[in-house]
Formats: sequence, structure tokens, C-alpha cells
Amino acid sequence: MKNPTFTLDFVTRVGKNTVNMVNQLVDMLSFIGEVAITLGKSVMQPKRIRWRPILFNIRTAGFDALPIVGLLSFLLGVVVAYQGAGQLRQYGANIFVADLIGLSMLREFAPLITAIIVAGRSGSAYAAQIGTMAVTEEIDAMRTLGISPQEMLVVPKLVALIIVLPLLTVFADVLGIFGGMLMASTQLDVGFIEFLDRFVKAVGPTSFLVGVGKAPVFAAIIAIVGCYQGFMTKGGADSVGRQTTRSVVQSIFLVIVADALFSIAFSLLDL
Amino acid sequence: MLRQTEHLPQPSKASSNDPVIEMRNVSTSFGEHVVHSDINLEIHRAEIFAIIGGSGSGKSTLLREMILLQRPNSGTIRILGIELKDISELDALALRKRWGVMFQHGGLFGALTIKENVGLPLHEHTALSDAQIDDIADAKLNMTGLKPEVADQFPSELSGGMMKRASLARALALEPELLFLDEPTAGLDPVSAAGVDALVMQLRDQFKLTIVMITHDMDMLWQVADRVAVLADGKVQEVGSMQALSQSENPSVKSFFMGHRGQAAMQRNLTPLENIKE
Ligand SMILES: Nc1ncnc2c1ncn2[C@@H]1O[C@H](COP(=O)(O)OP(=O)(O)OP(=O)(O)O)[C@@H](O)[C@H]1O
Ligand SMILES: [Mg+2]
Repeated sequence: MKNPTFTLDFVTRVGKNTVNMVNQLVDMLSFIGEVAITLGKSVMQPKRIRWRPILFNIRTAGFDALPIVGLLSFLLGVVVAYQGAGQLRQYGANIFVADLIGLSMLREFAPLITAIIVAGRSGSAYAAQIGTMAVTEEIDAMRTLGISPQEMLVVPKLVALIIVLPLLTVFADVLGIFGGMLMASTQLDVGFIEFLDRFVKAVGPTSFLVGVGKAPVFAAIIAIVGCYQGFMTKGGADSVGRQTTRSVVQSIFLVIVADALFSIAFSLLDL
Repeated sequence: MLRQTEHLPQPSKASSNDPVIEMRNVSTSFGEHVVHSDINLEIHRAEIFAIIGGSGSGKSTLLREMILLQRPNSGTIRILGIELKDISELDALALRKRWGVMFQHGGLFGALTIKENVGLPLHEHTALSDAQIDDIADAKLNMTGLKPEVADQFPSELSGGMMKRASLARALALEPELLFLDEPTAGLDPVSAAGVDALVMQLRDQFKLTIVMITHDMDMLWQVADRVAVLADGKVQEVGSMQALSQSENPSVKSFFMGHRGQAAMQRNLTPLENIKE
């Protein structure tokens, strides 16, 4: 080796990063454990559930996200239909656009695009909110006042998102298919009635359930990663920004990994 | 004022002479960096106890260990007779209701108004009605010298000094018997600082509160502190009244009184009491 310090440097860095990553994984697991315990306690004592923040989060993470989720899934439906149209036309298989749109939207695109939008919108907001509270000593103050930050900040977000993400996914399903249908009628001369006729035959309820069933898992990933990164904030205001960015990158990454695992599991189960 | 005497916790007879806070051989380090090595401290009931020391000497860390926000690497801490090491969650909650903490930067909840901030501990831990809680919150805000119109403002709309007062009002909401103050007068104008001095004395004299504070304010130390612990090099260098400390030969204690601020404060405060009153 020409430059021994370089290799040494490199090896040290790899080592340090590995240790960091393992530490973070352990931290994250213990955080998940804490959240699970708090959630369990809340379920055992429903009086402790904080409804107000849950409702507030349902509005901000769910209702307020309707326009953007609707618009993007509509566009996605349009794009997929448009791309498919050229291929299908060559074989005169125009009507199969309903299969294409139905399966791809319900199974993959709608849950995924919804989760990604919500990770960007709400996951980042969670990290920023909790991170700011950590910097301004609000979390410490909460603990010294005998209020569990988990119970006050994490559980309501988690519960709200688990309720809301499947609903948003259904909304994305509808708008995505509507987008595809619009494209099918203009590009492929497949009318709405024809399209829906074929859609009902080709796409079973399993496809719908498989897609919507993934949403609660994505919701848990987004809420937990966002809150966890918020709690990891130390030091000044710049750290809030860093943790927020990290929460978005990590939650989108984990959502896609989870989606891949779902695909494998579903294909093994022949769903 | 009737309500206050009503809620005032009765010191249990058995422990009224035991120290309120007892630290034995407390050591703390962050990685390689040793912050405390073998700290020993005793703080008594109805005492105003100050912790001083240079920046980074571990004052805040020591305070955080007392209020269950951090654990030392070794050693024992007993607060109000309860050992903190293997404390159960229930005991911790009971203890937390018996003390109030005023944070260096206030630690007020930005999403709540000042009045809601002060009322929050009451909402969480008592069965009082909203109207009663409102009354108590108003009384506490009044006690700390905040004007009534501040009550419905948000923390972001307040000055640093007002935030400290509000934070103090919240710390007093549950009628604690023990009060922790991190830099209560830092960033306050001299008149407000004197107000805080008076308030701290009043709390101790009237309600027999034990008060532990971190402060760099020499005037406050001379005026209100019964005993002062000097923290340096990871150890408690000396504990005693300001008078006693000002005579100390210990170099890290001496350095506190040597600077011109220390000198000026000493001059001001060593003059007979009658002169200070005005
Ligand atoms: N969470 C932490 N991780 C690593 N080091 C820490 C941590 N908290 C405190 N320290 C270190 O411990 C030392 C003591 O910090 P501490 O905040 O207790 O000082 P301080 O006496 O309160 O200072 P100041 O007067 O500036 O508030 C500092 O050197 C600080 O860098
Ligand atoms: Mg400090």
C-alpha cells in the first residue's frame, strides 16, 4: 500500500460506523420496546389514552394530507396507464389496462406513494416537533412533571397514523384508478363502464386487502422512526434539522424494505 | 393563601432531621470524560443551598442526577429518604410530585399558554376542577410577579425573565417541598433579580421549602444562600456559608472571590445589613 494512513483511516472509519450503526439499532429496539410497553399500558387503562392529541394528529396527518395524496396518486394512475397504453395497443389488448391499473395501484403504488408522502409530511414533522422540545428542555420538564413523553407524544401519533394511513391508502386507490380510467378512455378507447366491468373481474378483493393491509405497518414505521429521531436530538437547533432529514430518509428506506419483504411473503403465500 | 397551607405536605416526623438530599460517592463520566468523582453532599430541610463552579464543572449534571433525569455511574443518592438507584416507576412519580424544577431556559411547553403551562401538573395529578386549577394558576403567576395579562400569552411571546418567572410558577403548582432552580437570575435585570431573591427567601421562610439552586449571581449567593458548595475538578472543593468560603485558602474557591465581580459583590454584601435593605 502506498498510503498506509489512508487504509488505516478507512478501516477505523468502517469500524466506527459499524459500531455506531449497531448502537443505533439497539437504541431503536429499546425505544420500540418502551413504546410497546406504554401502548400496552394505555390499552389496559383506556382512561390514560390521550384522545385530544390523537384527534389532532388524525386531522394533521390524515385529513390535511388528502389533497396531496389524491393529486399524486391520480397522476400516478395517469402515468401508469399512459405508459402501458403503448404496449397494450400493439397487441390489441386495450382492455387489459384495467388489470394493469387495478393490480399495480391497489397492491403497490397506492400504499407506497401514500406512505412516502406521509413520511415526508408527518414523519418529518414528528421529528422536528419532538427534537425542538428536546432542545428547549420541554421533554425534561415533562419528565420532571411526572408526565411520560412516550404517553403524551409518541402513542397518540402512532395510534393516529395507524388509523389514518389505511384510510389514506383507500383514497389513493380510488383516485389512482380514476386517473387510469381517464387515460384508458382517452388513449385506448376503453370506456368507464367497460373498464369497471373488467376491473371487477380481474382484480379480486385480495389485491385490495393486501395493499391496505400493508398500511398499518408502514404507519408504525413512520411514526416510530420520526419520534425516535426526534428524541435523539441533542445540542442546538442545527441538530433538529439533521434529525429531521434523517427521519425522512430512514423511514422511506424502511418503508420500501418492508414493502419488499411483504412482496416476498405474499408471493410465498400465493396471495 | 388558605389553599396553600391546605396542600402543604407535612414533613414526616421520623425524617424531619434527616437530610433532604444525601449524595454519597457519586461519580459520573461521559465516555472518557470524568465529570464527577466521589461527590458527597448533604442538604437539610428548609435550607437554601447553592451549587457554584465554572462552566462545564458539572453543576447541571449534578442537578439532573438529583431530579431523575440522569443516572450517575456509581454512588448513591437519597432524596427525601428515598434511594434513587432502583426506584420503581410509582415511587419516582410520587417523588416527582414532591419537587418542583425550574429549568435554565424555562422548559415551558410552547404549544400551551402560560396559564395552561402552570395548570398542567394540576390537571395531570389532581382531581381539581378546571375553575379551581385556573384560580391556583392565577395565584402562582401573581406570586411570581407576573401580570395577569401574561396568563393567556404563549411562551414565545415572553421575555427571558418572564419565562423564568412562569417556569417558577409551574414548579410551585403542586406545592412542592423541594425546589430546584437552575440559574434563576441569569439574564434578569437587577430589579427582577432582586425580586427573585426575595421570592426565594419568602418561599423558604413561609412554606419551609428546601431550595437547591445553581447560580453564578454573586449578589444572590451573598443574599440568600445558607450554604454553598463549590464544584471544581470533579469534586466538591468546599461547602459553607459565603462568609466562610470567602476566607478559604483553597485555590479553586479563592478564584471565585478574586475577580473584580466577586470583590465588588463581597464589598456590597459585607456591609451591615441595614444598608442593604434600601
Ligand atoms: N449528555 C452528555 N454527553 C456528553 N457529555 C456531557 C453530557 N452532558 C454534559 N456533558 C459534559 O459534562 C460536563 C459538565 O456539564 P454540565 O452541563 O453539568 O456543566 P455546568 O457546570 O452546568 O456548566 P454551565 O455553567 O456552563 O451550565 C461538560 O464538560 C459537558 O461537556
Ligand atoms: Mg449548566
